[in-house]
Amino acid sequence: MTESRQHALQDRIPTLRIRDLSIEFARRRGDALKVVDRVSIDIWPREIVGIIGESGSGKTLTSLATLRMLPKRAVIAKGTMHLGETSLHDRSEREMRALRGDRIALIPQDAMQSLNPTMRIGRQVGEPLELHSGYSVSSALEAAGKLLGSVHIREPEKRVLEYPHQYSGGMQQRAMIAMGLALNPQLIIADEPTTALDVTVQAQVLKLLREIRDQKGASILFITHDLGVVAELCDWVYVMRNGEIVEDGAVRQIFTAPRAEYTRMLLDATPSIHTTPAVAR
Amino acid sequence: MISVLRDFDWRRWRLVLTGGTIIGLILICAIFAPWIAPYSPYDLDVVAMLQSPSGAHLLGTDELGRDLLSRTIHAARISMEVAFIAASVGLIFGTLIGVAAAYFGGLVDMVLMRFMELLFSFPAILLAVVLMASLGTSILNAMIAIGIVFIPGFSRLARAATEVVLREQYVEAARAIGMGHGRIVFVEILPNILAPLLVEAAVAFSYAILLESALSFLGLGAQPPEPSWGNMLNTGRGFMGQAPWLSIVPGAAIFFSVLGFNLIGDGLRDVLDPYMKE
Repeated sequence: MTESRQHALQDRIPTLRIRDLSIEFARRRGDALKVVDRVSIDIWPREIVGIIGESGSGKTLTSLATLRMLPKRAVIAKGTMHLGETSLHDRSEREMRALRGDRIALIPQDAMQSLNPTMRIGRQVGEPLELHSGYSVSSALEAAGKLLGSVHIREPEKRVLEYPHQYSGGMQQRAMIAMGLALNPQLIIADEPTTALDVTVQAQVLKLLREIRDQKGASILFITHDLGVVAELCDWVYVMRNGEIVEDGAVRQIFTAPRAEYTRMLLDATPSIHTTPAVAR
Repeated sequence: MISVLRDFDWRRWRLVLTGGTIIGLILICAIFAPWIAPYSPYDLDVVAMLQSPSGAHLLGTDELGRDLLSRTIHAARISMEVAFIAASVGLIFGTLIGVAAAYFGGLVDMVLMRFMELLFSFPAILLAVVLMASLGTSILNAMIAIGIVFIPGFSRLARAATEVVLREQYVEAARAIGMGHGRIVFVEILPNILAPLLVEAAVAFSYAILLESALSFLGLGAQPPEPSWGNMLNTGRGFMGQAPWLSIVPGAAIFFSVLGFNLIGDGLRDVLDPYMKE
């Protein structure tokens, strides 16, 4: 165990503990296609954990499973998931609804697509407060203004009344992050939140995420295929391939001394002007 | 206020405005009929029957000496009422059924949509006549019958639009913050499927006027002596030679109201569809 996982040695409870999670897709003929195979993941308080892997490696399905929002035909075949001391794998839909947005937040990949085009930004950002904390529409709107301010959107009192199409891509993503932060969740799942953004905006969003961890003490599960982002942001990394975890370790160890062949391949595939891949720029 | 007028894109809205003006005039006639109409639509004047248009009776009189202008103005009330209520019945129930079918999918979808197709397979007039026959002839039943005729069209449209919206990520994002089914339907789905439904509603308005006229023409809608463009047309049919205005006037009234609603429908489609270019 490296320095970032010291708490594991003490008797503490991780924010998220996934044990032996298997996800299967039901197929016509009655057999099942295993897409996630015995995955175990720990996320400790105040930790930013990255899952990297190519498309189809099962990283998004794993994150959707923790929210219990898998597509209709996918089922959790095996395994347990705990958020703190609360089990997630055996909650009913109604119980999960109470947890979503309140204790776990999802920051999706494409912010533009994830905002309702017919609803003012403020209403959407304040929505978790209306849903979980019984805020009225007007007090939720006021709180939304503060939230937008906390993700560095200028003139938030004015901006809450605007519609998504009036926001730039970076602002939309920050609005989604503000929505995720509304109720100070223990765990934030960020599913490739910077993929659709250009590099400068990407840097701002990453900085914001780190700020959130530092100030609010949330744990972040960061899903990406971008090794540069992982190097910059994460404390601990899981490498996934074909539904399995091939390797995990502290970010420095993954980049300097990868154990798995696949990780080495991934690192070599990263375009770079140097002969060796850049570590934590 | 002035700058608002200046910034208003007249060209974009011109169809809606033209249609709106026509329908506005007809609506004014309908609402203020007792004050606008020069005579009562029921007053008989046997001495002045089948008179051609003149100073005393601007559009002439019918076979019982009733003022045609007054009757046409009063008939606008029934037509507008029927159009409004029938289109609303179709819009509300059609949307409900369509959204439910798309949202729940599977068996619910199957049962609802097969039933809608069953209704769809009847010609509109025939379905309306059959419904009137079972409900009894009255203007209220005509509204309900016409509304039922509209339900399958609205439900298909609502279902297709809902299917598209359900695939949108913002619906998933809404679930991810713990939103329940009811709220997803009302906050996420309905506002995003409204545009095509509104266009369809405008078309339904004009179609409702035609259907109501047809039913009244057949004697199934408004019952004489209550004036309706349909039953006036039917009366006029018998006097085509002596008093052509008896058919022309209600016919023109039907024509303009249908034209007005169709212009609004076309115009709304252009305005609400961001992808359509002129």
